[in-house]
Amino acid sequence: MEILFALIIGSLTASGVFLVLRARTFPVVVGLTLLSYGVNLFLFASGRLATGAQPIIGSTETYTDPLPQALVLTAIVIGFAMTAFVVVLALRSQADTEDDHVNGKIEATPPVDTEEHAEDAR
Amino acid sequence: MNHWLTAPIVLPLLGGLLQIFMGYAPLGLRRTLGLATTTLLLVVSVALLMLADDGAYRAYAFGNWAPPFGIVLVLDRLAALMLVVTSVLALFCHIYSTRGTDAVGRHFHALFLFQLMGLNIAFLTGDLFNLFVAFEVLLIASYGLLMHGGGTIRTIPGLHYVVLNLIGSSLFLISAGMLYSVLGTLNLADLAVKVPQVSGSDQVVVQAAGMLLLIVFALKAAVLPLCFWLPQAYSTATAPVAALFSVMTKVGIYAILRVYSLVFGDDAGALAHLGMDWLFPLSLLTLAVGVIGALSAQSLRRLTAWQVIISVGTLLAALSLTSVAGTSAALFYLINTTWVVGGMFLVADLVARQRGSVEDRIVTAPRMRSRTLLSVFFLFGAIACAGLPPLSGFFAKVLILQAVTPGWTMAWLWGVIMVGSFLTLIAYSRAGSIVFWRNVEGHVKDPGRLTLPVTVSAGALIATSIVIVAMAGPISRYTDATAQQLHTPSAYIEILDTPQVNGGSEQ
Repeated sequence: MEILFALIIGSLTASGVFLVLRARTFPVVVGLTLLSYGVNLFLFASGRLATGAQPIIGSTETYTDPLPQALVLTAIVIGFAMTAFVVVLALRSQADTEDDHVNGKIEATPPVDTEEHAEDAR
Repeated sequence: MNHWLTAPIVLPLLGGLLQIFMGYAPLGLRRTLGLATTTLLLVVSVALLMLADDGAYRAYAFGNWAPPFGIVLVLDRLAALMLVVTSVLALFCHIYSTRGTDAVGRHFHALFLFQLMGLNIAFLTGDLFNLFVAFEVLLIASYGLLMHGGGTIRTIPGLHYVVLNLIGSSLFLISAGMLYSVLGTLNLADLAVKVPQVSGSDQVVVQAAGMLLLIVFALKAAVLPLCFWLPQAYSTATAPVAALFSVMTKVGIYAILRVYSLVFGDDAGALAHLGMDWLFPLSLLTLAVGVIGALSAQSLRRLTAWQVIISVGTLLAALSLTSVAGTSAALFYLINTTWVVGGMFLVADLVARQRGSVEDRIVTAPRMRSRTLLSVFFLFGAIACAGLPPLSGFFAKVLILQAVTPGWTMAWLWGVIMVGSFLTLIAYSRAGSIVFWRNVEGHVKDPGRLTLPVTVSAGALIATSIVIVAMAGPISRYTDATAQQLHTPSAYIEILDTPQVNGGSEQ
């Protein structure tokens, strides 16, 4: 289970970092979301993984640490609010600059990548 | 338990909530209540400073959960000092905002007060995860404030600021998770107890977490590789917001000082002074980049924004000496630079309002109506920032230069600070002589008249430089005591013994 969990966190974070480094706001926002998923799972795992254990002492034979769950809950709430904010901001920037490039409108430099160009023309 | 410890958090919280419900109330009423909240906050902060001056640590356990199980607020000299620095700056920025900034958006006062709440939580908290929450509170308010006033020019720097800080928050959570997974606690005092006890592979995890935390705080403080978002964001924000934000980088510095003097401080065994060997060269590079940026600045606001980075470099260079004298000098410099740089943002805005479409760009323009007064403000601010003799910047820099022990460190520190100060001086002289002397005859149509509150608030922040010199004795006595307190982390740990308060009816 630990291996699977670690692989999931790793791939989420890696995809998140990759997307954050893109030049358009939409992939960046998705990247931030993936990053926060990875981080939340990581935080959850910091209390060690256990199956069939409850965070209440005495309810089952073994118990699991309740604190990381509280931390994750806080992190999820904050992350959700921040994502909502950044989505609105990205829309605003798209409306203001009529472009979804993270630097606003980029000057049209001569060697334009054809694929990018096709997207822009749309 | 002293309930007054919660006052710097509860006051702006209640004031901010009131402002939200009063979104449609007359502007005058909102201003009065907003300013009253900020004034009360200043009074409370000064009272807490006097309380903390006896050198004791005061802990407030929320919900009567004894530390390390609950969240604690801890008041010590450093926290009280930061509270006062923030609330003095905030009061003058708030007064300045009544010039019209607060009329642009409906929720300016609410955002402003929530910003102060976030800052105060960050300064008072004794819990690492609570510090994360404080960062988020102050960040979400700062996102709103940064884009206050709208306009395309603010959207893009705002987007960069938000995305960078979201990545920073993720890193913060990762490092908090790593620390918790090994040490089983996030209470700062408890961390300080547990860190020296780890060994073997656990120690590597703690070390990695510590370095990650340093990256997060360095992003907040705008240390070199992570500082390029700052000039654009600060120079496009409205003046009172930019002025208030001169304390935002200091939150990162505060966090570095708190965590790395307590958790990874003198008593941390193998992990003592973690990352400080990295911080010293980086801070000098930050200083150098700040100076280069200041020399290249095209407008007064951008010049001041680069000055923020110069201050960060100077401050961290002094802090990374990890000596009592260095920390004390850094704190003295922090008071000076926060207030004066805030004042410079306000002065730059006053200048911009009198020069029409040229704004604050460093070019020839029609003469300003209140040229004499503004040039005096600018002169005093520039002298205090560059660190020339009569004003406080000079004394702060002398203290920093004195704090270093002879050796390679001294050669680098003296060299970079001296050359940096000289080049900063050139940047200010160039900007000042063009803006104030190289004028064409006639004035612009809209005079942008100086009103009393605006002049007083900008002037007062600049004049704090004189006040700091006049009161240099008591202030340096206080910063010495603060540094002494920070370098004896064993005393902080005693807050873990805070007993539960038993009510009469309980057993």
